[in-house]
Amino acid sequence: MEKNKFDWHMAMPLIAAAVTLALHKVIPKNSDILTRDYNWLSILLTSLIIIFLAVIIISFLNPVLRRKYIYKSKFITGEITALCIYNLITLKFNLIPPVYFPYPDRILNVFFEEIDLLATCLLYSLRLLFTGVFFGGIVGVVTGILVGWSEKASYWVAPLVKFIGPIPATVWIPIALVVFPTSYAASAFIVALSMWFPTALMTSSGIQNLEKSYFEVSKTLGAPSYYQVLKIAIPGALPSIFTVFFNGITSSFLTLMTAEMIGVKYGIGWYVNWQREVMAFSNVYAGLIVIGIMCSLVLGIMFKIRDKLLTWQKGVIKW
Amino acid sequence: MVEQYAQHTGSLKANRLSKIFTNVEGSEMAALNNINFEIKSGEFISIVGPSGCGKTTLLRLIAGLDKPTSGSIELDGDKICSTGYERGLVFQNPKLYPWMNIYDNVAFGLKARSVYKKSDNEVDYFLNLVGLKGFEKSYPHHLSGGMAQRAALARALINHPKVLLLDEPLGALDAFTRVNMQDEIIKIWKNRKATMLMVTHDVDEAIYMSDRIFVMTPRPAKITQIVKVDLERPRIRDSKDFIDIKDNILSIMEF
Repeated sequence: MEKNKFDWHMAMPLIAAAVTLALHKVIPKNSDILTRDYNWLSILLTSLIIIFLAVIIISFLNPVLRRKYIYKSKFITGEITALCIYNLITLKFNLIPPVYFPYPDRILNVFFEEIDLLATCLLYSLRLLFTGVFFGGIVGVVTGILVGWSEKASYWVAPLVKFIGPIPATVWIPIALVVFPTSYAASAFIVALSMWFPTALMTSSGIQNLEKSYFEVSKTLGAPSYYQVLKIAIPGALPSIFTVFFNGITSSFLTLMTAEMIGVKYGIGWYVNWQREVMAFSNVYAGLIVIGIMCSLVLGIMFKIRDKLLTWQKGVIKW
Repeated sequence: MVEQYAQHTGSLKANRLSKIFTNVEGSEMAALNNINFEIKSGEFISIVGPSGCGKTTLLRLIAGLDKPTSGSIELDGDKICSTGYERGLVFQNPKLYPWMNIYDNVAFGLKARSVYKKSDNEVDYFLNLVGLKGFEKSYPHHLSGGMAQRAALARALINHPKVLLLDEPLGALDAFTRVNMQDEIIKIWKNRKATMLMVTHDVDEAIYMSDRIFVMTPRPAKITQIVKVDLERPRIRDSKDFIDIKDNILSIMEF
């Protein structure tokens, strides 16, 4: 019976959304704000109320959802409250400069009016990011294995990695533009470069930090070198490789934004930069929100892959 | 399981074997000094001695992980130059690969040498031999110390080694598990007939298990005496003969 009892936590997001909607409807907008009225915030809040109602009803039948929802409810309530406060100090009372801090309805409006352009930009950015991260990551892992495994490669390649690596990838932009036929390839190269260095470094140190006895055991068991690389060096270094992938992808986002300013046609960084130049800050915020969602989605997928590949680590290392 | 796999065994011979380590400052330290011995096929030999007398170095030289400074070791008359699967090695810590389950850990030697066939059931046979049937899918961190060491034994046995080198294999185990595992290893030895060479700190353990005991002393590191244990198996730890041998070995070690 206990599990079907009503928990007041569950109602909090609903109440917050309802209050926000009521305040939005009741308080008139500030007289200094002359832009036209939109309905987007009302629609958003109404749909949130419907969703919360549905979740509350379903959660009486689904204990897993119920537990998750109760856990998250405070956070959701906080977010909605923040939105409500922001709406009040911008649209309703005009307390901060409206050019730099557009009210929520205007930002929401961008999503609906420029959805095609935003989607195109997002796709372009993702394509650039994946090309860069993919090639940079692969070359980085290969470099790392070479340096971590072979003494000869370590002798010749490691100093080079340590010399080139710390140079910020964006410094190479002028050279990349000359060397590569298209600005897209140049941008991809820059993103790849910013992924390559940390990946190579962490992969090689991941291998070198593995206990020597793992390799000694494998030698006495008759394993040839290639087998030791495949079955010991790589899986042993995988936790380090994943850690650096998270950092690498984050720094690649950064490089991506810069790289998109060197003449690619679309891209979310290009979009944000362009909107900033024409002082369209509601569009800038919309772009930033898209970037945020994109980053967290990509990292979320990476976490899922890691959990799948590193099941053996559970119980060995605390996440 | 009635299946039986071919038994392999081999003899070892060391000629004037020395190993000198040079440290960073350039001074030399003899880890082994002019060692000579002969071990017959299928013998169980223990090496006892205080820390720093070169026991582990000797084992690493036989395994081929290190090269002697001078002298040589022969397995069945062939000089040992590098590592080889006919000389299995078990460390004090099991050193199972944490990213592989127990089955894959044990199968490692076969897969690494590309001779693995699932239908041969060889892995199952050795898992059964060490009493780990049913733990195939477990990961090493799920196992207790004793179970992990059994898995390490199975992993070394899978290659049908002629010589099994054990570097304090029971050193990290608690007293109960230890006594248990001593019997396990004897059982495995009788089953496989491989030549066993075990380093241990524990004189009792050495007498309980071995045919002969090499007593080593440091500075200069050498085999001071070889003690033959001519007691009937299973041996009784508090019998007079047992204790006499023990007193003898302890007196040698204390010079």
